Amino acid sequence: METPRNAPSAPPDAAVAPDRREFLTKAAAVAIGGAVAVAAPIAGMCVLLDPLRRKSEVNASVLVATLAALPEGEPKKFPVLATKVDAWNRTPNVPVGAVYLQRLKDNKVRALNVVCPHAGCFVDFRAAQGHYHCPCHDSSFSLDGKILDPKSPSPRPLDELPVEVRGDGQIWVTFQNFRAGVHEKIPV
Amino acid sequence: MKTLLDWADQRTGYKKLLHETLFENVPGGARWRYVWGSTLVFCFTVQVITGLFLWLAYSPSSQTAWESVYYIQHEMWGGWFLRGLHHFTAQAMTVLLVIHLMQVVIDGAYKAPREINFWSGVVLLLLTLGLSLTGYLLPWDQKGFWATKVATNIAAITPFVGPELQKIVVGGVDYGHHTLTRFFALHAGVIPGAIIAFIVAHVYLFRKHGLTPKEPRRRPDAAFWPDQVLRDAVACLAVLVVVVFLVVRHHGAELGAPADPSEQFSAARPEWYFLFLFELLKYFPGGTEVWGAIVLPGLLMAVLAAMPFVGNWKLGHRFNVGFLWVMLAGVGLLTWRAVKADRGNPDYAAAVAAAERDAARAIALARSPAGIPPTGAVTLLRTDALTQGPKLFAKACASCHRYDGHDGLGVQPKDKITASDLKGFATRAWLAGLLDPAKVDSPHYFGGTKQRAGKMVKFVKEDVAAYDAEAKAELPKALAALSAEARLKSQRDLDQRDTALLAAGAKALAGAKLGCMDCHKFHDDGEALGTAPDLTGYGSREWLINFIGNPAHERFYGKRNDRMPAFGEEKQLTPEEIGLVADWLRGEWFEPALK
Repeated sequence: METPRNAPSAPPDAAVAPDRREFLTKAAAVAIGGAVAVAAPIAGMCVLLDPLRRKSEVNASVLVATLAALPEGEPKKFPVLATKVDAWNRTPNVPVGAVYLQRLKDNKVRALNVVCPHAGCFVDFRAAQGHYHCPCHDSSFSLDGKILDPKSPSPRPLDELPVEVRGDGQIWVTFQNFRAGVHEKIPV
Repeated sequence: MKTLLDWADQRTGYKKLLHETLFENVPGGARWRYVWGSTLVFCFTVQVITGLFLWLAYSPSSQTAWESVYYIQHEMWGGWFLRGLHHFTAQAMTVLLVIHLMQVVIDGAYKAPREINFWSGVVLLLLTLGLSLTGYLLPWDQKGFWATKVATNIAAITPFVGPELQKIVVGGVDYGHHTLTRFFALHAGVIPGAIIAFIVAHVYLFRKHGLTPKEPRRRPDAAFWPDQVLRDAVACLAVLVVVVFLVVRHHGAELGAPADPSEQFSAARPEWYFLFLFELLKYFPGGTEVWGAIVLPGLLMAVLAAMPFVGNWKLGHRFNVGFLWVMLAGVGLLTWRAVKADRGNPDYAAAVAAAERDAARAIALARSPAGIPPTGAVTLLRTDALTQGPKLFAKACASCHRYDGHDGLGVQPKDKITASDLKGFATRAWLAGLLDPAKVDSPHYFGGTKQRAGKMVKFVKEDVAAYDAEAKAELPKALAALSAEARLKSQRDLDQRDTALLAAGAKALAGAKLGCMDCHKFHDDGEALGTAPDLTGYGSREWLINFIGNPAHERFYGKRNDRMPAFGEEKQLTPEEIGLVADWLRGEWFEPALK
C-alpha cells in the first residue's frame, strides 16, 4: 500500500486531534506503508540480478575436425560441439558455436570464430572473392581475419582462437566467444 | 516541483483522484475491523510482484518445470525467499479471504444495495482458490503432480461434459507439457487478469456505497487518511511479518522429488485449505463422488450467493451468520479429521518420510557436478543406486536375502531369511564372519540355503577350525586381499594404506596353507572353474553383475546353485536394474561433498 508523501493536508473538520499526534500518525502510516511495499520488489530484484553472478565457463579445447577433412587452401566451416552448461542442465556434445578452419603450410591451422565482432552475426565465406563477409552490415575480412575495407563497421578483426594439431592430425580448438562492438577482444 | 505537479494535474486530474482516495469518509472513525480488504489488496499485490519475478526464471514444460524451480530455490540469489514469499502469501490470502467474508457478513455489508459487491467478492474468493489449485502443479514435483491429478480427475466426473472438460484442462489425454503451459497461463494470466477486473469492480462498488459502519459508532466520522491508513498499514505489516517468519523457518517453499508417473506417492495431499474437500470425498462411495465433489460444494456456494436475499427476511441475517459459522465449523471438523487420520497412520508417516528422502536426494543429485541431464531431473532418481537399489532389493531379493536384517527399505518381509544377509557384502568384516566356524552356517550366511550341508560349510567348520597358529595368522590377511578384489568405496582408504598386507594376503590366499585353492580359483592359481565361485575380482562390480545375472554359471555356483534365479538370463531384471542393485550393495553412489 503505497502512500504518497506529499498528500494534501486534511480538511479542517477532520483535524480534531492535535497537530503533533496527526503528524506522528501520518509519518507512521507512510513509514510502515513504505516498508511493506518494498519487501516483494526487493526479494524479486535479487533474482532478477542473479545472472550478474554467472561467469562464463572456459571450455577446454575440443576436437573439431581432422586434417584429412581440411585440404590446404580455402577455409571451411565446422560446428563446435562441447559440454554446454545452461542454467540447471549440463549437456555434453551439443553445438556451442562454429569456427572457420583454414589449413596453412606445414600442417598449421588457423581458427576464426564465425561470429562478427561488430554485432554478432554469422559471417559468410565468399569463395569467389576469397574473403569473409558479414551479411548484416557488410563488414569484410581477409582470410587471416583482418578488416579488409576500412569502412567496415566491425571494430576489430575476426576473433582468432587457439588451435592445436595433435598426433594423427586431430584439430583441437579452444572455443570462446568475445564481446561484440568493442575494439578489444574481451571474453564473454 | 509544484509547477510540474500542476502541469501533470491539469492533464490527468490526479489530485482529485488522490483526494477522493485519501479522504473517503469512514463513518464512526477508523477501526481495526475495517483492515481486511486492504490486507487482501496488499497480498494480491505481493503475489503479482513476486509472481512476475518468478516468471522471469520459471520454465513450464515437463522437462524443465521442476528443474527451473529447483534452480530458483537452490541456485539463484534470494530465490528461496522470493518463492517462499509467494507460497506463504498465497496461504495468508486464503485465511484473510475467510476473515474478510466473515466480517462482511457479520457486519451486514452484503445487504442491499451492496448485493453485486458481495457477489464480486464471492467470485474473487473462487478465483483465488483457482490460483491456489493451478499454482500447486507448477513446480511439477510429486506432491503437486499427484494432488492435481485428483483435482483434474474430479473435473472428469462433471455431468455431461466431464471427460471433454478434463482433456481441455489437461491439454491432452495425459499430463505433459501442455498441462503445464495451460496451468501456467491460467495461473499467471487468465485468473490474475480476472481478479484485477473484479477487484476494480469490487473497490468501485465499495466506494460507491461507502463503508458499512459497525454500530454503534464510537467516534465521529473521519477521513481514510491518516488514521485508517495507519491501521491498514500496520495490519499489512503484521501479515508480512507472519509470512516472512514462515518463509525463513521453512527456508522458502517445499520442493518435492520430480514428478514421476511410475513412482508411488502415498503422501499426496492437497494444500491444507483444500483438505476438507479431500476428506469429504472419503464419505462418498464409488460412483457418487459427484455429490461430494461438485453438487454439495455447489449448493453451499449457492447459499452463499443467495445471502443478500435471505438477509432481507426477518431472521435472514441471523441465518446467514449462523450458516457461515456452521460451514466454517464443518470445514474445520473435516480438516481436523483429515489431519487426525494422517497423524495416526504409520503408512502415511512412512510415505512422507520417503517423499522427503527422495526430495532431498533429487536435490543433492541435481547439485552434483554431473548436473541435470537434458531428459530432466526425473532421470536422476531413476538412475540413482541409493534410491533404486533398496526398492529393487525389496522386490527381487528380499524374499530370501536380507540387508541388515530387513528388506532394504527397513521393512521386515513376511518370509523367513533363507539366504545370506548382504549388508557389507565382500567387506573384510563380512568375509571374516563367513570364515568363522561359529557363523558360517548361521542364517546370516549359509544357514538357510542348501550350501548349509555343502563343502564350504564343512571346510570352515572342520578345516578352518583346525587351522594351526600360522594359518590362523594368515587368514585375516588373505581375507583382506580377497576383500580388496571388490574395490569397495568404503575400503578405499584401507586398501590404499595396507599395500604390504594385501600383497602378503594375496600370496596366502593363493598358497596351499589355507586350502582355498583346493576348490576356488584366484587369478592364475587354484582349481579350474566349475567347482566353486571364482575369487578373481570377487565382489567387484563386474563380478557381482554377472553373479546376479546367472549364479548357476560355472564361474559361480554352477550346478551347486541353490534357488537363486538367473536374474539377467531369465530377464527378471534389466541390465540397468542389476547394475543399480550391484552398485547399491557395493555402496557405490554419488555422495555430496561435505561443506
